[in-house]
Amino acid sequence: MTAALELAVSRRIGEFDLDVAFKVESGISVLFGPSGAGKSLTLSLIAGLTRPDTGTIAINGNVVTDCARRTYVSTQKRRIGMVFQDGLLLPHRSVLDNVALAVRQAKGRRARRAIAQSWLEQVGAEAFAHRRPGSLSGGQRQRAALARGLAGDPALVLLDEPLSALDLEVRQELRKLIRGVITSSNVPAVLVTHDRDEAIELGDVIIGYRAGRVTGSELVERPAPTEPGPTSPGDTGPA
Amino acid sequence: MDREHNITHKLGNKHKVALVVVVVLVGFGLGFGSAHLVSGYIAYWDVVSGPFFLSVRVASAATAIAGLTGIASGYALAKGRFPGRDLLETIGSLPVILPPTVVGFYLLEVLSPGTSTGGFLTRATGHVLVYNATGCTIAATVAAYPFCLRAARAAIEGVDPALERAARTMGLPDWRVALQVTLPLARRGIGAGLAIACARALGEYGATLMVGGDINGKTRTMSLAILDAFTTPERDTMLLVLVLIAVSAMASVGLLTRSRA
Amino acid sequence: MTALIPHSWLNWLGIPPWVWSPLSVSLHAALEATIVVGALGTALGYLLAKGRFPGRSALETLFSMPMALPPTVVGWYLLTQLGGPGPIRDAEVRLFGHPLTFTFDGIVVAQIVESLPYCLRFSRAAISGVDSRFEQAARSMGLPQGKIALLVTLPLARRGIVAGVAMAFGRAMGDFGATMVVAGGVPMATTMPIALYNAVFYGTHEQATVLALVQLAVSLAILLGVGRLGKVRPW
Repeated sequence: MTAALELAVSRRIGEFDLDVAFKVESGISVLFGPSGAGKSLTLSLIAGLTRPDTGTIAINGNVVTDCARRTYVSTQKRRIGMVFQDGLLLPHRSVLDNVALAVRQAKGRRARRAIAQSWLEQVGAEAFAHRRPGSLSGGQRQRAALARGLAGDPALVLLDEPLSALDLEVRQELRKLIRGVITSSNVPAVLVTHDRDEAIELGDVIIGYRAGRVTGSELVERPAPTEPGPTSPGDTGPA
Repeated sequence: MDREHNITHKLGNKHKVALVVVVVLVGFGLGFGSAHLVSGYIAYWDVVSGPFFLSVRVASAATAIAGLTGIASGYALAKGRFPGRDLLETIGSLPVILPPTVVGFYLLEVLSPGTSTGGFLTRATGHVLVYNATGCTIAATVAAYPFCLRAARAAIEGVDPALERAARTMGLPDWRVALQVTLPLARRGIGAGLAIACARALGEYGATLMVGGDINGKTRTMSLAILDAFTTPERDTMLLVLVLIAVSAMASVGLLTRSRA
Repeated sequence: MTALIPHSWLNWLGIPPWVWSPLSVSLHAALEATIVVGALGTALGYLLAKGRFPGRSALETLFSMPMALPPTVVGWYLLTQLGGPGPIRDAEVRLFGHPLTFTFDGIVVAQIVESLPYCLRFSRAAISGVDSRFEQAARSMGLPQGKIALLVTLPLARRGIVAGVAMAFGRAMGDFGATMVVAGGVPMATTMPIALYNAVFYGTHEQATVLALVQLAVSLAILLGVGRLGKVRPW
């Protein structure tokens, strides 16, 4: 089976030097490490929002970035979905319209809205589907952002610290949601966080980051698939 | 390393300035032959010099006054916390949209010896303030002021307050902080404001026409004279001079605001 | 070109013809000019804010020129290009049947030239000010650049753009120098500022006061409206 994501890239910005390589087969891979380690930059490279200095990136076997051959597939053409730390929902549109905008596999307003509606139901956001993002709480916004990231039938979902801006209680609630929705929809995901508990709760694989380098990669063993509980034995989290 | 950076920066901008000047001159040059232009410049200088020097006097005085008051009020608006602050900025910005003839009309109302305020001011200063060069200067100042105000305020607000705080902790009194820290740091934006104020003062037409009266020899500035000379040969000379000055004003604004990428 | 606001209404309101005639000319011309400037200014503002092409700053300087040039020079240039021999005059004759100098349409052209820089500055500043991450999010959703501009960037910048359009309208209403030179004196093409000039030199003081007051009210209203739209700093 082709890996969902294969990358080996390097990028230098001023004093900072990123040089990483890893593979994502399926499930949720967490990039875990302190702030400034290069995790968000990696996501940006995968999404095609930034270009690396050297290396290649392939999504589902398709090469989307190849510095040696000067191949760069535009962000729009990479079938990805992204969830940002502050949601970044368009303030002038309702939640439903925001999610519908991301649906690219269907044509026509009604079809797109229908798909958007079903995703909103999956994340528990159908109650405020017709409200504007400005009137929602942080937790509600991130639910909508999650729906938006998944609604476009992506081959890969990228989540950049999706819960870091939220209160502890809300965070714990949404962790379960993220784990549940992504796993059941079978989309491979790369999630960035600096929170250890989050990494352990959400990741199937935890990829450690420090100062622009990957320090190691650990599989997280889980008990029965219906119980997304906290840590499990046999897990040796990274530093 | 800093010096290196500055020199390449300046070279790049000089090319830009040259490009702009060339583009504009080529544009106008297509309208009338360039040979005609050059001969016009040499032959008609004595006719052009009257309005030219008047314009220079009026514009420099106006820029100086508008500049000082603009910077001062820009500072006050940027730093002060007094009620009606934004209203003051709105009123100070009126001449941007207000038709020049309306500005001129109200200036006449205020300054003409015939009116109550005008009469008072004429007696108080001992000079008549309308239909002479002083009137022209006042009109140009009022036209140029709002541009200087906006630019100065924006520039001063853009100064990092941490630097001002640092200066205060060193014991410098407020006025010295303003003069030695804030204003020098804001000099790019202020310079741009002065440049555009100068361009406006030089080109002022409507208000100058009303307050000055377009009296040949006394209040006929370049922008007025150019219309009068429309059918005469010296118009090309005037046009050339006016355009060159305006273009350099625009170019200096461009240079001065080249602080961002 | 018939005036936009029916004369009969204004007469009925007791407004004398020497007020409503120039007022309707001014309003009508300014409206036409603002529609063109709004579209052009926003498009150019987007181009200048987002584009990365050589000569970008030269282009911006070129379009901002009317702000620094004396209005008589702008008017002069329009007069010679629109009226004098040349390709522009030929095009006009083909499109309109006659050159545009000393006509109502000439006023509109003069106002377009003079107010474009204002709209351009405001819209460029507003569009540059949009958080680029919104656009990045839109790209990740697969939206092509054109849709991003229309659905994401421009709506997020709408306050600044509207302010720019309002300023352009105000500037068009208030134009004197360029309008005077291109069309001055013709009865069908007398705007409010020109009417005031005429009143001061050839009319009564009363007439001048009324005309000035109306224009002052309009300008204040526009400025206050722009101020309401928020702090957009184009300078």
